[in-house]
Amino acid sequence: MEILKQIAEALQQGDDEKTRALANDAVAQHATAKRILDDGLIAGMNVVSEQFKKQDIFLPDVLLAARAMYAGLDVIKPLLLQEKVQPQGRVVIGSVQGDQHDIGKNLVGIMLKGAGFEVTDLGNDVAPERFVETAQSENAQVIGMSALLTTTMPAMKRTVDLLAAQGLTGKVKTIVGGAPVTAEYARSIGADAYGYDATNAVEQVRRLVKGE
Amino acid sequence: MRPTVRFLTDDLVRQILDEARDILTKLGVEIHNPGVVKLLGEHGARIDQDKNRVYLPAELVDRALKTAPHGFKLFDTLGNQTHDLSGLNLHFTPGSAALNVLDHETGAMRRPKTADYVRYAKLLCGLKHIAAQSTAFIPDDVADGISDSYRLYLSLRHGEKPVVTGTFTVESFNVMKDMQLAVRGTEAALREKPLTVFSCCPTAPLKWSNVTSQNVVDCARWSIPVEFISMPLSGFMAPVTLVGTLVQHTAETLSGIVISQCARAGAPMLYGGSPAAFDVRYETTPMGAIETMMIDCAYSEIGRFLGLPTQAYIGLSDAKLLDAQAGLESSVGVTLAALSGINSVSGPGMLDFESCQSLEKLVLDNEACGMALRMVRGIEPKDDFPALPLFEEMLKEKHLLIAKHTRRHLKTEHYFPGKVIDRANRPRWQESGGLTLGARAHAEVERLVREWTPPRVNDDVRKELKRLMSTEAKRHGMERLPGNDE
Repeated sequence: MEILKQIAEALQQGDDEKTRALANDAVAQHATAKRILDDGLIAGMNVVSEQFKKQDIFLPDVLLAARAMYAGLDVIKPLLLQEKVQPQGRVVIGSVQGDQHDIGKNLVGIMLKGAGFEVTDLGNDVAPERFVETAQSENAQVIGMSALLTTTMPAMKRTVDLLAAQGLTGKVKTIVGGAPVTAEYARSIGADAYGYDATNAVEQVRRLVKGE
Repeated sequence: MRPTVRFLTDDLVRQILDEARDILTKLGVEIHNPGVVKLLGEHGARIDQDKNRVYLPAELVDRALKTAPHGFKLFDTLGNQTHDLSGLNLHFTPGSAALNVLDHETGAMRRPKTADYVRYAKLLCGLKHIAAQSTAFIPDDVADGISDSYRLYLSLRHGEKPVVTGTFTVESFNVMKDMQLAVRGTEAALREKPLTVFSCCPTAPLKWSNVTSQNVVDCARWSIPVEFISMPLSGFMAPVTLVGTLVQHTAETLSGIVISQCARAGAPMLYGGSPAAFDVRYETTPMGAIETMMIDCAYSEIGRFLGLPTQAYIGLSDAKLLDAQAGLESSVGVTLAALSGINSVSGPGMLDFESCQSLEKLVLDNEACGMALRMVRGIEPKDDFPALPLFEEMLKEKHLLIAKHTRRHLKTEHYFPGKVIDRANRPRWQESGGLTLGARAHAEVERLVREWTPPRVNDDVRKELKRLMSTEAKRHGMERLPGNDE
């Protein structure tokens, strides 16, 4: 459908108003919410991600596209529920216990939402228990934890351990990130993934949700 | 405010100029070209025929300074303006006339071939912070007699940017002028839109050879801009002090201005040079020496004091590889040149005391030039006052990444370097191969050469350039030019 292509293009241009209007038009033309999502919004976002990777466009362009994505999702959300379309995945994110830094975590949240994930952002200073409880209540597949301080990093391990203690290892995957965190550290505490920046975090979450 | 740096007070500039005038009056310059000597005599210079000495009275120098233009523009082969060489405008061109190239594959310095030059010319099309080509090195697979004209030919055949060049003989001027006429179409068009700058070098101390003095005259007559490249060597062929070196540089350069303005009042030129400290430990002329760069900046202040556009060989390195020394010396030079307000900076790509060009270094230096061009735009308010609304927006939206203010100013306020400069975090750098600077620079060389598109001059121009070059080559005993230059 031509209109889905137009949605993808409006999203690439970062035009949220146009994306919203076109999504409404598409609904009026009886496109299914799933097709609007897959062939319009996500198709557009995939192009944006590729351009960003090649440095043809910069982060603000990606975030504008993400904003257009939200606008489109707003329109089709009720229909997605009706059609019982599952989101790309559900992710709970937060800065770990004792850590008040959230700039990086916020960026990851924006990028994840832009990529079509449902994101529950628990904010800062999030205790392991809260991560695990929320993941279960929200039926999330992934917990994303951020730390900026070496002193708060151990809270990541406590969350991973708590999941294990509750028999949730493998069912709820974990990804960690933040300036002092490394891939080695992620491995050493038994986290399932490490994201070295927001873009990479989205790729890693996508991989985790696919069960890779 | 455009940031600037100064090394000389106005009083010191005046004193240096007075001393230089005194030297020109009392010691004069040695000129090994009877025609030029005669010309200067006709304009009031005192001549000592037996010693080839020409004494330039202060009135003659002052008259020349009055007619010397305060700037000029350059135009590419399509006739579009690329340079305004005046005021504090900043333009870069590769260091010129190296004997060697640094071979990336072997790491060795070697004599360049035509194929190297073509790669260089193609690369330069893609380096957007280097506004002019230069005939950067000398292919050794052609007859010596055409080694100057052939470089210009290859540059005009493969690139569009104007060319900083020069001749090695009196005779070569003709064909090099004809090539420019071929591009512009008419003599009037060439006078109106200069395409090249010819380097003309006096010999230290206070001497002009037959060739270089004749070049100055020939260029002036055709309104082809020249850059005077005085090369005093502090402590060897010039006083050891920086002020003493500046006096010599000033005298030599003023003598060039006199020759040029006597040949044709109003002839365009750059107050340039390539002075150097002399390293008495190694008997070398370090272009990366801080004193070399200080002399460059200081003489450009003298040039600007006289109201003239300036040039310098600065931003070069004496390193033999694309190593940290190369980066250090070049970036100090480029930064100082930019702050000093030198109009045409000849340096990018050059290693080993002006003797070796490196394509990979050109890619790196292009970024130093980009940074310098950003720096001289300075810090200016842009929708910044009142500041309150933007801060309110930031607190409300939690960031400014997609704010209108950000989107409006991001790409002009910040300079984003190319891929040779690594700004990725370590995991991302590792993921993309963990490449060294040399490897990244080489990848960019390969990409830009691959993405090169032929210049847009019309076929008639192309054919005429080829005809001129073939005729010149035959005159020097070469029936065919190397390789397939198509």
